[in-house]
Amino acid sequence: MAAEKMSLAKALNESLRKALDTDPKVLIMGEDVGKLGGVFRITDGLQKDFGEGRVIDTPLAESGIVGTAIGLALRGYRPVVEIQFDGFVFPAYDQIVTQLAKMHARALGKIKLPVVVRIPYGGGIGAVEHHSESPEALFAHVSGLKVVSPSNASDGYWMLQQAIQSDDPVIFFEPKRRYWDKAEVDTEAIPDPLHAARTVRTGTDLTLAAYGPMVKVCLEAAAAAEEEGKSLEVLDLRSMSPIDFDAVQKSVEKTRRLVVVHEAPVFYGSGAEIAARITERCFYHLEAPVLRVGGFHAPYPPARLEEEYLPGLDRVLDAVDRSLAY
Amino acid sequence: MTVESTAASKPRRSSKRTGATAAKSASSATSASSAKRAGKQPQQEPQPGTSEPQLVQLLTPEGERVEHPEYNVDLSADELKGLYRDMVLTRRFDAEATALQRQGELGLWASLLGQEAAQIGSGRALRDDDYVFPTYREHGVAWCRGVDPTNLLGMFRGVNHGGWDPNSNNFHLYTIVIGSQTLHATGYAMGVAKDGADSAVIAYFGDGASSQGDVAESFTFSAVYNAPVVFFCQNNQWAISEPTERQTRVPLYQRAQGFGFPGVRVDGNDVLACLAVTRSALERARRGEGPTLVEAFTYRMGAHTTSDDPTKYRHDDERAAWEAKDPILRLRTYLEREVLGENEAEAFFTALEEESDVLAKRVREVVRAMPDPDHMAIFENVYADGHALVDEERAQFAAYQASFATELDSGSAAGPAQEGK
Repeated sequence: MAAEKMSLAKALNESLRKALDTDPKVLIMGEDVGKLGGVFRITDGLQKDFGEGRVIDTPLAESGIVGTAIGLALRGYRPVVEIQFDGFVFPAYDQIVTQLAKMHARALGKIKLPVVVRIPYGGGIGAVEHHSESPEALFAHVSGLKVVSPSNASDGYWMLQQAIQSDDPVIFFEPKRRYWDKAEVDTEAIPDPLHAARTVRTGTDLTLAAYGPMVKVCLEAAAAAEEEGKSLEVLDLRSMSPIDFDAVQKSVEKTRRLVVVHEAPVFYGSGAEIAARITERCFYHLEAPVLRVGGFHAPYPPARLEEEYLPGLDRVLDAVDRSLAY
Repeated sequence: MTVESTAASKPRRSSKRTGATAAKSASSATSASSAKRAGKQPQQEPQPGTSEPQLVQLLTPEGERVEHPEYNVDLSADELKGLYRDMVLTRRFDAEATALQRQGELGLWASLLGQEAAQIGSGRALRDDDYVFPTYREHGVAWCRGVDPTNLLGMFRGVNHGGWDPNSNNFHLYTIVIGSQTLHATGYAMGVAKDGADSAVIAYFGDGASSQGDVAESFTFSAVYNAPVVFFCQNNQWAISEPTERQTRVPLYQRAQGFGFPGVRVDGNDVLACLAVTRSALERARRGEGPTLVEAFTYRMGAHTTSDDPTKYRHDDERAAWEAKDPILRLRTYLEREVLGENEAEAFFTALEEESDVLAKRVREVVRAMPDPDHMAIFENVYADGHALVDEERAQFAAYQASFATELDSGSAAGPAQEGK
């Protein structure tokens, strides 16, 4: 198999299949990942092909899932655990933050914790409470963790491979409203490094930096802006910890304007970090303050209001106009 | 609730009382419920800590050897002396660490005073290929694993957060968050089973940790996956100032029954009983029969840590009552009375005292000579594969540090060089 068009969900499934096939130490763990194939069917068919010893349906206990995955990693396994939805990761937050993230340092590097925590995240699917959140900043703030999010099927395939091969714990955020978007996946390509940002559209007037579900929105905004004669560059950050600031800096030195877009609340969000760093690095290049577009400092709203909450084309373009007006 | 109403202050019942196995406990529960159906009065369940039900004991506080129908150990004189030596040296190490804290050489110390039998008994039940997940008080277990005791002091001195290689002695790092390690032990045991190995895993925790969700989850996971893990709860009666009654309304060992595996309560001040019960639980795990909960009923003689003040929440007479059950004294009495001749005893105890002094001196010297880590160590081992931000901050901090040297070299009174442009 080489290049093939597939959905993000299918690409993640293929990626997990390849990992299970390649390395007998790789395990899949989580609620409903076995027979059901996960609530989003990302692990569909894997238990059937690899058995209950490799694809493990767990009790409904997130701390237990991550805590036992840590123990399995200490024994030499490479567990890939699935948290069913973003808002359900918090029972496991203690294990992730106090144990998974810190154990390598605690042992002065003598043990490794190659655990991947997959979390379907973000809104836009009309779900009930705790099923639409974007808690990536809470993890990126924690040293010892790496935090990434693919925006498309190709990255889904490759970034998950790379996350599983990493000797560090990786929080792998999957944009659930993009699960069904299709893209070309070349399974024999040489992938970009896991933490490198990618320019997905070149432009000269302003840089839009986004990741995960918002990359598509930014591409649509750039297309709309082009009709108004504005040339926007779009960066897919792909990684929130570390962030490829060199790539952002390079783009901003060219366009002199930056708007960061994410679904998570703006307050203390990853946009704040990017704005601060880029202001430090590019102060004399900037023609406008770095602007942020994101969620409000309010609980993620009920589904009938999420279109108001989530940054859409208009809110991104409004920020672009504000930036260009300086 | 008054302190007087706690378990520890009550005089124990017959010191020769022998315990029952988990199987017995399960069958008695069944018969109690059958009795209920038959309209009979069910057997009264003991309240937590108000008595010592079904306590497995092989050596009484008076140093008398007693038999138990389910658990036994047959130890040579050398093995008995070895257990005694382990307990004495561990206690001496612990006392030295406490003293070092008082002298300002350690920032904190968590004493194991009173828990030597629970730790040495369970620790000596382990095979080399078994794996231990401790809390932060398992100095005696570490001793049994061959971990140099001075390695335990780095984190308390503040030079690292653990530091030893867990795989060199199959002794995991100390875990500070209460109960987290029970899940790591369970996961590790799941891995052992997957590997087809016949080693076992032991997770240590306290009565306070029994209230944590992670401990309950580890019971669930270990039972569901039949993991070869032994949960060794040292019920030392107090979780800082919270008594066992604030953790549970049933004796802790009975928790296991609800999760589908056996629980057994052992006299935690009886090194022989702790050895026998733990060995049996480990063998059960090796046979593929799954987890066991061992509740070692013991007492923390000192403070929770050197920051704690137990005089604010417990009475002196409670400690006095437990001192009468001292784990070291009772084995000494037994050794003197039944195992060693008079001359041999004197020589053995004198030599051990000298060995204790040597250990204490070495510990003191090593701790005092322990260097502060290099300041760049902040950035080491944060990630296995590196991280761009850590690299950037490391470089900035190195430049900042170097700026002082430059300043000294040049004799300049100017401030340190600024980062960035």
